[in-house]
Amino acid sequence: MPTLDPVVLFFLLGLTAGLLRAELRLPPAIYEFLTVLLLLTIGLKGGVELAAHPFGALLPRMLLVVLAGIVLPLLAYPVLRAVGRMARPDAASIAAHYGSVSVGTYAVAVAYLGYRGIAFEEYLAVFLVLLEMPAIVVGILLARGVGRGVQWRAMTREVLLGKSIVLLTGGLLIGWVGGSDGVAPIAPLFMDLFKGVLALFLLEMGLIAAGQAGDLRRHGVFLIIFGVVMPLASAVVGAGMGWTMGLSVGGTTLLATLMASASYIAVPAAMRLSLPEANPALSLAASLGVTFPFNILIGIPLYHRFAEFTQRLGG
Amino acid sequence: MSLESRKLLTIVTESALEHELSVEIQRLGAHGYTVTDARGRGGRGVRNASWTMSANIRIEVVCPAATAETIAATLKERYYANYAMILFLSDVEVMRPDKF
Repeated sequence: MPTLDPVVLFFLLGLTAGLLRAELRLPPAIYEFLTVLLLLTIGLKGGVELAAHPFGALLPRMLLVVLAGIVLPLLAYPVLRAVGRMARPDAASIAAHYGSVSVGTYAVAVAYLGYRGIAFEEYLAVFLVLLEMPAIVVGILLARGVGRGVQWRAMTREVLLGKSIVLLTGGLLIGWVGGSDGVAPIAPLFMDLFKGVLALFLLEMGLIAAGQAGDLRRHGVFLIIFGVVMPLASAVVGAGMGWTMGLSVGGTTLLATLMASASYIAVPAAMRLSLPEANPALSLAASLGVTFPFNILIGIPLYHRFAEFTQRLGG
Repeated sequence: MSLESRKLLTIVTESALEHELSVEIQRLGAHGYTVTDARGRGGRGVRNASWTMSANIRIEVVCPAATAETIAATLKERYYANYAMILFLSDVEVMRPDKF
């Protein structure tokens, strides 16, 4: 079995084509559509499995995950300020990106586990929804302090009614209500086409990541180092949490990947409106230009090792 | 056919601002607006619309000169420093002045 999942090769194709400035461009509507399909698929899969779990048993785990979403940006912020010498809004915005999550990265980890026949807890999709928001609030508080000039209402609307939360939650609910029998008639579109959709999505992500190369060159090595070290540290936290929760190797790998991933949908949009003085080129260069490719190519297999290691410790 | 003069205010900016600006423009007295997707190059580099964060919009508002100037001044004050935004005014003639 090749080390690289074929879907990851699509990412490399996009990345290479983008760096070579090839005449390749997916229509923006297609990218939007692929994102919608991925969000709904992950939500549906999670919802179907969620139906089999008592909600009360999951509650402590959910709280732990939200706590991690608050703590991670608080840890990243002083590093960005002191080592990276970043301005306050930039450091706060980047910290928020890393406290939140990337659905694309999660989907690749799901494909990675599926490709290797490793079982995992599908209900982890709920954590995707939970992790979207806390880091954004922490980021804004870090930049602004409490109660000064933040339009919380507009911000809350932007995040809660943003594409990712609406579609993930919607998918979870539909999957939960429908169960696996109810979802079966729509499975050909969502489940069976998952890897093909993911491959096309990654092709476009490769093109977008390549577009960050110029910003990365301008903003120096710190962002590159941060973009690799931060996910590694977060993945260790995630693997530890997976072990604490008693998740399987697959589930621990997914949770470590979730923690390691950095947002590029909900957080950039929220930060653009709530912290306009933060330079989006910096946070996107780090999260899309460094962390996303790192997680896809090196991180996920590495987090799988982390998960196996924690299981051996536990066993 | 009688024609009356109005101003056409054209704003080219980041699509992230669409919702906020649509509320603001109406609050400042315009009766309507038109939004189209846009892409191009300017002071903030290429905005090629390949995905949400690099997408631009073009907002057009036809309104009396005073309203156009109020909107222009408010947007300049609030958004010029931190957002990719240009705006310009031009003279147009309309057939149904009560609409604008």
